[in-house]
Amino acid sequence: MSGSGQFTEKWLPIIGQAFIETVQMVSISLFFAVIIGIPLGILLVLTRPGQLFDNKWIYQILNLVINIIRSIPFIILLFFILPFTKFIVGTTIGVKGVIVPLVIYTAPYIARLMESALLEVESGIIEAYIAMGIKRRHIIWHVLLREARPSIILGLTIATVSLIGATAMAGLVGAGGLGDLAYRYGYLRYEVGVMYATVIILIILVQVIQSIGNRLATRMKKD
Amino acid sequence: MIVLENISKTFPSKNGVIKAVEEVTLHVRKGEIHGVIGYSGAGKSTLIRCVNLLERPTKGKVYINGQEITSLPNNELREVRKKIGMIFQGFNLLKTATVYDNVAIPLKLLGFSKEEVKKRVEKYLSIVGLEDKHHAYPSQLSGGQKQRVAIARALAQEPEILLSDEATSALDPETTDSILDLLLKINQELGITILLITHEMNVIQKICDYVYVMERGRIVEHGTTIELFTNPTHHTTKKFLSTIVQRKLSPSLISQLNVNGVVSRLTFVGESTGKPLLAEVSQKFNVKPNILAANIIELKNGIVGNIVVHLIGESEDIQAAIQYLRSQGVGTEELEG
Repeated sequence: MSGSGQFTEKWLPIIGQAFIETVQMVSISLFFAVIIGIPLGILLVLTRPGQLFDNKWIYQILNLVINIIRSIPFIILLFFILPFTKFIVGTTIGVKGVIVPLVIYTAPYIARLMESALLEVESGIIEAYIAMGIKRRHIIWHVLLREARPSIILGLTIATVSLIGATAMAGLVGAGGLGDLAYRYGYLRYEVGVMYATVIILIILVQVIQSIGNRLATRMKKD
Repeated sequence: MIVLENISKTFPSKNGVIKAVEEVTLHVRKGEIHGVIGYSGAGKSTLIRCVNLLERPTKGKVYINGQEITSLPNNELREVRKKIGMIFQGFNLLKTATVYDNVAIPLKLLGFSKEEVKKRVEKYLSIVGLEDKHHAYPSQLSGGQKQRVAIARALAQEPEILLSDEATSALDPETTDSILDLLLKINQELGITILLITHEMNVIQKICDYVYVMERGRIVEHGTTIELFTNPTHHTTKKFLSTIVQRKLSPSLISQLNVNGVVSRLTFVGESTGKPLLAEVSQKFNVKPNILAANIIELKNGIVGNIVVHLIGESEDIQAAIQYLRSQGVGTEELEG
């Protein structure tokens, strides 16, 4: 009892701090990645051949760019875009320095997830609304996005979980967070207790996020 | 009301162009129900989608209420589309919305006031008989009920025209009948002109005033439903009719019977159904009619009777009898083995 008491006393503030940093990194970069990724995903679907805004060029270019970014592992992307990060936020370290690569890593992923979510919406429903004389922007918002909501939620859940994984690597640029803690104390200093604690916290975090996502999606899905 | 003029639609494909619709001209008059029947791949779905330009015809013109619409800009085309309701084989409802919302959302998006939306949703859901299903989701409904929601959604815009793209093809026979009754009611009580496509002859039989038979992108035969049921000329039309009326006797049976007479199909329509013509024939001519098969088909605008009869006697007498029947308005067709 006293052992665990000592452990808690010593590490709780540090682990708590790391947890907060992880939550910060995930939520801020998720926010920007969603703002960029969802419209990209919508654009990707709408410009497909035969869709509402059929445009071969935009579609092909978008497709290519997304594929290029998605083929770079995060750990390499992190260093690869250092100058760009510096240019955007003025620093390459700390939570601030890691937001840019996290967003660039996650946004194309979200775009792809959105694409597959939106493609699940039957084209017949969209056609029915075109036939009723309803404006395209209304169709995008009230039909396409509405019907895709359950899949969008599930997609965002997947993206969040993978984002948590990516933040762990962000420790390498001194961003902090749980991954960094596990690496520095658990691996470099061989504090096994810290390693276990962070791993358990990460597992719980991922579980919680996934179940919230699943539950929301099920509630929205009416079939 | 709807006029299609020389409509052609081709699709590019790997093996050259596919001609889905070729030079189709048709004219649906106000207040009538017209049907296009054909096998799958005949081009009928493409054709009906050309009416509201879900599919742009490669050639030809589409007139709605006298207005040519293929050259209209987008915003004016939307106005025209508001006057044309459409229902589909796959219903195409929002899965994530209740029955009420499925009808209400399009109305809201078209800018109707809250009170008007509510009024119309309630009115049209009760017309289709779903007043107790407002809060159900499509997944909780049967196929027939889903199609009723789709019909209510189409009607709620108060269109002048309703297009039906195989609306009953996914439904069982009983449900099909109830949906057909509903379409007939809509046509008669709300005065909505209907153009439908189908591959089921009973749809044509029950509700259509006029029929077009389509094959390989072309209209191969057309006429009033009564004309087509009494006097089909194209073999495809005959094939469709045979799904409702048994049109063939076995060739060996016919050649056996033809030895001492003629096997003939007599088609009675309108007034001629009321007279005892076969009895007259046996009195006036030295011919004995032997009835092999008979049936009565109820069409929307009349009744058609069919008798397959073996006329026994000398060939001059039989010919005279057939002449007499024709003069009395009976359709005749000799069946050969």
